[in-house]
Amino acid sequence: MSLEQLRGKLTYPAFVLGGIGLLTSGALALADRATQEDIKAAQDRDMKASLIQVLPGHYENDLLKDTVVLPGPEGDVTVYRARRGGQVVAVVFKVQARGYAGPVVSMMGVDRGGKVLGVRVIKHSETPGLGDKVEPAKSGWIHGFEGRFLGDPPAGQFTVKKDGGVFDQFAGATITPRAVVKSIKGGLVFFSKEKARLLDETSVIAGMSRRESLLPGRIKP
Amino acid sequence: MSNAKGNEYLRITRDGLWNNNIVFAQILGMCPTMAVTGSATNGLGMGLATTAVLVASNALVSMVRNVVTPDVRIPVYIVLIATLVTLVDVSLNAWVHDLYKVLGLYIALIVANCAVLGRAEAYAQKVGMLPAAYDGLMMGLGFTFALTLIGGIREVIGGGTLFANAHLLLGPAFTFLETTVIPGYRGYLLFILPPGGFLVLGFLLAGKRILDKRLAARAAAIVAAVA
Repeated sequence: MSLEQLRGKLTYPAFVLGGIGLLTSGALALADRATQEDIKAAQDRDMKASLIQVLPGHYENDLLKDTVVLPGPEGDVTVYRARRGGQVVAVVFKVQARGYAGPVVSMMGVDRGGKVLGVRVIKHSETPGLGDKVEPAKSGWIHGFEGRFLGDPPAGQFTVKKDGGVFDQFAGATITPRAVVKSIKGGLVFFSKEKARLLDETSVIAGMSRRESLLPGRIKP
Repeated sequence: MSNAKGNEYLRITRDGLWNNNIVFAQILGMCPTMAVTGSATNGLGMGLATTAVLVASNALVSMVRNVVTPDVRIPVYIVLIATLVTLVDVSLNAWVHDLYKVLGLYIALIVANCAVLGRAEAYAQKVGMLPAAYDGLMMGLGFTFALTLIGGIREVIGGGTLFANAHLLLGPAFTFLETTVIPGYRGYLLFILPPGGFLVLGFLLAGKRILDKRLAARAAAIVAAVA
């Protein structure tokens, strides 16, 4: 039967549509399998790169494998832990607050003593040219958190200048920096509240040696 | 190549870049046009990604044109285009991850660009693969030109820079593109926000009309003078 005759049949379009659907979904399935691992690896690299940015200094473990999940102010928080000599020296986690145009998500690094090591805004949809000065590429504002802890500045002043605090706002944009400051403060409160578990000291109290507490099975609750 | 064929390619080139430009003449693809033209770099990136998809989708549509019947052609084209876009999306994500971080947001938007379906419907389904792919290329380049132009104007008026962050898209070799046109400029936010997109597009459309009219008048005058 020629193509012309086939095309005249009532069922022909259905088979064409079905055939194309099968072919394309096959192609997509193949592409998904072929790229899955590379995408995962690329995302891990990204994650690591953003962790390292807020984590100056050296540490000995694989951050992505040493995590603990704790209930935070806005749902569960995955905390990445950096160790030196088996001891947790710093932790990194995500915090967020509502900005002008949606959530502003930051990654913050905190050392054992509760001092901020570094902060990077990793996701936001703030107004370009105004709110996006929270990005280190646009201004140095975000470095203003380094070395801060709960108590420096004092509790009432842990906010933007407009609200009587110590952190600058941007000309024409107060909501974005206010959101970042609020999320960082929230992160520090979260750290001080969960300090024992974050620093893996509960397991030491529970009588485990440091070696044991490094075993992957113990680390992921 | 016969003369008639040569003329056809010349016509495709002119149509794609100017006469029948996706943005300035067909007024299609407005969603990405408005959404990503806050800067020249973004416009360029979106334009190039769309060009790649247009070339491939036109070629594919032309390839299946004898098999597909008119009553199911639209779903078939949509499925083909969506698949292509997804393939581009996952491969960029896996193998050119740095570029993907810049363009990733726009790639999925290409499916929503009716210009891609428009070219399949208006041209690619009627001709062979080579002219279809060439049409995709020219239409894509015309689209890229339009987006970069709108993005550039909005960026200069809105922020005083041009091609800021171009190295993220094109690599460090293109850092020379990044210029500060007006140093110390405080910015005119309106042009970076969505209304700026509409304003700039409106003025550009009007400008193209005036230019085309003048060109036509001049051509008519030359014809009259020769006769």
